[in-house]
Amino acid sequence: MIAADETAAARAVIEVTGVTKVYTMGTNKVFALRGVDLTVRAGDMVCIMGSSGSGKSTLMNVLGCLDVPTSGHYLLDGIAVEGLDRDALADLRNQKLGFVFQGFNLLARTSAVENVELPLLYDREKRWTDPRKLAVEALGRVGLGERLDHQPSELSGGQQQRVAIARALVTQPTILLADEPTGNLDSHMTVEVMALFQELNAQGITIVIVSHEPEVAMYAKRVVEVRDGQIIHDDPVTERHDAAADLLALGKIDPVLVTDAQPVPVAAA
Amino acid sequence: MKQRTLLKLAWQSILKNKMRTMLTMLGIVIGVGAVIVMIAVGNGAQSQIESSISSLGTNLIVVSPGATAQGGVSQGAASFNRLTTADAEQLKLDGTTLAAVSPVIQTRAVVIGPAGNWRTSINGVSPDYFTIRNWSVSSGDLFDDTDVKAARKIALLGATVANSLFPGVDAVGAQIQIGHVPFTVSAVLEAKGQSATGTDQDDVVLMPYTTAQNRLSGNVRLGQILVSTFSPGDIPAAQSEITDIMRNSHRLGDSPDDFTVANQTQIAAAATSTTSVMSGLLAAIASISLVVGGIGIMNIMLVSVTERTREIGIRMAIGARGSDVLTQFLVESVVMSIMGGIGGLVAGYAGALILGHFTGWSTAVPVSAVFIAVGFSAGVGVFFGYYPARKAAALNPIEALRYE
Repeated sequence: MIAADETAAARAVIEVTGVTKVYTMGTNKVFALRGVDLTVRAGDMVCIMGSSGSGKSTLMNVLGCLDVPTSGHYLLDGIAVEGLDRDALADLRNQKLGFVFQGFNLLARTSAVENVELPLLYDREKRWTDPRKLAVEALGRVGLGERLDHQPSELSGGQQQRVAIARALVTQPTILLADEPTGNLDSHMTVEVMALFQELNAQGITIVIVSHEPEVAMYAKRVVEVRDGQIIHDDPVTERHDAAADLLALGKIDPVLVTDAQPVPVAAA
Repeated sequence: MKQRTLLKLAWQSILKNKMRTMLTMLGIVIGVGAVIVMIAVGNGAQSQIESSISSLGTNLIVVSPGATAQGGVSQGAASFNRLTTADAEQLKLDGTTLAAVSPVIQTRAVVIGPAGNWRTSINGVSPDYFTIRNWSVSSGDLFDDTDVKAARKIALLGATVANSLFPGVDAVGAQIQIGHVPFTVSAVLEAKGQSATGTDQDDVVLMPYTTAQNRLSGNVRLGQILVSTFSPGDIPAAQSEITDIMRNSHRLGDSPDDFTVANQTQIAAAATSTTSVMSGLLAAIASISLVVGGIGIMNIMLVSVTERTREIGIRMAIGARGSDVLTQFLVESVVMSIMGGIGGLVAGYAGALILGHFTGWSTAVPVSAVFIAVGFSAGVGVFFGYYPARKAAALNPIEALRYE
């Protein structure tokens, strides 16, 4: 359960040790996580995989400080998360994390730039002086500099997800957490979004993606597989795909055929 | 979050649901409007009473005969009348705070004119009376001290009397008979209208008090002495001065006062307290509709919180604290209710004008209504917005994000 060798020297931004999560449903106890150890170092791009009910969503919620573990320790960028109250968790999410969701989760009838500047407005440390300028920059970074005033309903799914990514990036978070980011996208848009993630990762942003799609995993540096609330595999990706190159190839041929023809390298050894 | 951002947020959310917001606001508009109309009606009634009381006279003090007791049983007011014209003259002479003093000799008599006769009150007064009661003539002249000394048989007719005896004709200079005594009409008085108690103040004939005493009543006792002071602030000092002078000249020693001194504020207070109770009651009933409007706000805010559960989840996920969400929804309900309050202010003002126009009641919207409207509606917004806002703030971000 230790990070891959090539990133071992980097600072650990996520350190999870012995984390369990138990939900009590009436008299039944559901063990969503049964002792998870995971370390993510700065600059890594991790894909957490698992089928539904495997506990990966619970792990995501714990990593995202939306939920607190029943037992175990979680250090996020050196800060102990267990025992923090709601307000402290909210501040931590605002300062350390950027979220990208499956359903995009943009505010409806609100322009792209207003969506992106939203997290800056909730900052309590007064780190930002000009939220609008930063939001415009972030949208430029995801290639939507021309669509600042478009509302979500006027954007394609891929564009909406890029707005969501810009919103996650705008606070310069320690980690970008993506929960099934391509779940609502077709294969062409999936590759598009993964190309963006790879580009951002190359710029030094640590990314954790939760997904059950093998196509997503092949673009990550490392794949962690969760089953029954435990990590069963944690391996570096050997044949990592370059999404930008795939996108170029897709541009020439029918995207659907190409995706179907792709080999499916899974991390499972 | 900055205040400006919060206001902008509230405004955007209101714009997204224009129809719904307008209907919700209507509840507050009606509530605030109703309260303002009721205040305007009460206020109008009060100022009407005040103006009719001040038409009695300016800075008025009334000295009237006192009560007496025989064997421990009070005989009631005016049962022992020792007020004389000498008292009035003494007050005029010794009073330092008294601007004007007039004895009033009251009697009733039939006045016979060319067009018929009219039974009315006859008041014998001094020239000061016109100053005290702030009364002037519409035609003819007032009398002066030489007329009093000479006890001239001149009469000043109230507007009602002049209209009944000389319809459509100027009465000045005409001859009339009052109780078999011939008089010359020297003036017709300006119409004063009804008094606070509803009696017609113009149904009267005024004449020098000496004339009234010698020719008509034959009584040396006075119905009352009217006194006015230089300013309202002098009234308490003047009252005690009058008491001192009167006790002295009546040589009362240790006996109780044989007269009563009352001022206009006491009369006014009695009359206005009734109307202020009435207007308070009306406003209280009207404010029930304000509460109903508030419940409407609470209802729509609860719907809004449910509808926007996902939005709340998103905001929380990206770092909004519970208090941020609470403030957001609270500002929204307060903005909505204050807008309703301003609408209610306009509606209430218009309603008061329309009501006054059709009923003839005098209505007056006081300046304080602006603060009442804004203050009350903001209060309603906070009170009824708090529960939905707290409900929003207490949502679990994970469940809120998953909400469909």
